[in-house]
Amino acid sequence: MSKKQKNILIRIISAGILLIIAALLPLEEKSLLRLAAFLVPYGIIGWDVLWKAIRNIKNGQVFDENFLMAVATVGALAVKEYPEATAVMLFYQIGELFQSVAVGKSRKNIASLMDIRPDHANIEVDGKLVEADPEEIEQGQLIVVKPGERIPLDGIVTDGTSSVDTSALTGESVPRTVRVGDSVISGCINQSGVLKVEVTKEYEDSTVAKILDLVENSASKKAKAENFITKFAKYYTPAVVISALLLALIPPLVTGGNWAMWIHRALIFLVISCPCALVISVPLSFFGGIGGASKKGILIKGGNFLEVLANAEIIVFDKTGTLTKGVFEVDEIHPHGIDEDKLLELAAYAESYSDHPIAHSISSKYGRETDRNRISSNEEISGHGIKAVIDDHEICAGNSKLMDKMGVEIVHCDKAGTMVHISDNGQYSGHIVIADKVKESAQSAIKRLKARGVKQTVMLTGDSSSAADAAMKELGLDKAYSELLPADKVEKVEQLLEEKSPKGSLVFVGDGINDAPVLSRADVGIAMGSLGSDAAIEAADIVLMDDDPEKIALAMDISKGTLKIVYQNIIFALGVKFIVLLLGALGIANMWLAVFADVGVSVIAILNAMRAMRIKEKN
Amino acid sequence: MKKVFKLIDLDCANCAAKMENAIKDLPEVEDAVVSFMTQKMTIKAPDGTDFDELMKKVVKLCKKVEPDCEIVLK
Repeated sequence: MSKKQKNILIRIISAGILLIIAALLPLEEKSLLRLAAFLVPYGIIGWDVLWKAIRNIKNGQVFDENFLMAVATVGALAVKEYPEATAVMLFYQIGELFQSVAVGKSRKNIASLMDIRPDHANIEVDGKLVEADPEEIEQGQLIVVKPGERIPLDGIVTDGTSSVDTSALTGESVPRTVRVGDSVISGCINQSGVLKVEVTKEYEDSTVAKILDLVENSASKKAKAENFITKFAKYYTPAVVISALLLALIPPLVTGGNWAMWIHRALIFLVISCPCALVISVPLSFFGGIGGASKKGILIKGGNFLEVLANAEIIVFDKTGTLTKGVFEVDEIHPHGIDEDKLLELAAYAESYSDHPIAHSISSKYGRETDRNRISSNEEISGHGIKAVIDDHEICAGNSKLMDKMGVEIVHCDKAGTMVHISDNGQYSGHIVIADKVKESAQSAIKRLKARGVKQTVMLTGDSSSAADAAMKELGLDKAYSELLPADKVEKVEQLLEEKSPKGSLVFVGDGINDAPVLSRADVGIAMGSLGSDAAIEAADIVLMDDDPEKIALAMDISKGTLKIVYQNIIFALGVKFIVLLLGALGIANMWLAVFADVGVSVIAILNAMRAMRIKEKN
Repeated sequence: MKKVFKLIDLDCANCAAKMENAIKDLPEVEDAVVSFMTQKMTIKAPDGTDFDELMKKVVKLCKKVEPDCEIVLK
């Protein structure tokens, strides 16, 4: 509790005790002495409200909640409802205190979810470690990160081995092992060993600064629901105040009835006229949803994107790097006349001098060191493959053109991917299929999205149609468009935008490379962040920090859950207020109920809003 | 040009909304956001705007709406 809040608490307690004493004193009803006895606690608890009311009127802020409370309670005193006036002021202050404690706590909770700001960087000065401000470290400087510390800047490990906890950035709980030569990202926590890191980016360009900037600015992109509330609040208060005035004047004038009774009813209106519950709880819900998502490695750039994502109808995926890993791997080995291991061995030896990604994928599949003594010659034939002499056998490994050239007849294969054919002394030995592997979670990601009511899942790729169709079937996608250039992708997305219903939205998921125009054309662009890819972080509306397509379903659940909470709060707060207004006009509700409708509803709505922070994925 | 300012003792969301509307009405301001959640104010004005001058007006406006709230000017 802050000092201000403690102060209020003391005033609440003392005013409460004095109010009870005043009520118990045997004073004559409606006597001046009784008024004086109640004015003491009223003054203690309400002086600042009255003072603010006067000050704000001077500043032209008429419909201010202080003013309304002042009018309501002074009005109650005037109609000689002394205990009620004091108690209403007391409850108003209790509610305000509750509200400020709850909001303060929620704000801190959410902020701590996103707190990845490093406090210092250790640098070596004359052989001693000195703590420095991360913002003052320059590119190329060496920093030391001790176990338990947060890595302050992006860099490359030059000394030491350790495991690094990336969960604050990616939501991934398994620590990553880093060694000399590996790059590390700011915001992660160094867990086990001391690391020496050469800084590659200054603080303002580092991952941590970018993410913080992104999340903090998310509050500035307001959701429709938020804008609705702001507009609503503008009209709500004056409308209630005017109806209060009419309620105080018209019935007694028309019926010639009891002025005090109607004024009392009108005062109840004033107590309920602040739209606080909505104005606080709606943005708080969005903020909570965004904070909770960022804890799970989903960065959302604004409340508006939560709204759009919740209505996702068509989801368009880029293939490479999004649904697939974007790295080549041996998919299948089809030997011809020899066994599988032997074929792989021949290929690995033939390709052992090559630096081509395909050669890497074969040697990593082979998994053993190659004994170079067995290779007596090795010749790379550009655009074709490799001719090598291994154990006195002439081995050729390459595409079908190479086989043609060598006069070797090949066995055709229908598998999608890149083929490496191998021949041994002019005899065909088989082929190895190399393909970009589909991500393990991609299939279930699509399934989960369909379970959430996504009508169409579409894949766009520059790959050949056979590779695209194979991936489409494997993943259970509805459509695949292949052999597209980046410009064609925009065109396809525009076509799909016309197909969707007006309420639904189109989501594009890409890896941020080459698809910035599509990311911005879609209703929501989701990028695979691949930790620190600047293009992705800038172009997209939502960034998945760990590149896992399954997170899209979780992001949808968070969006839907947050919106549900927002609507619950809007309906609850407005519902209670209108009912109390009605009951107040009929003379059934008293001022106590009105205070509940004001601050009580606020507190409940705030507590409800906090749930947005902890939305979990449905199965 | 966009600048962000920290706010101290902004303890009422409705006031934040009122401050935001008041600042938006200033002719030299393109857009303004007062975030109750992050306790920050973002002001967007055309390039070349004299921000020191502008902030004097903003501070004055905010004092009217919510006298307890302080804007940290750097």
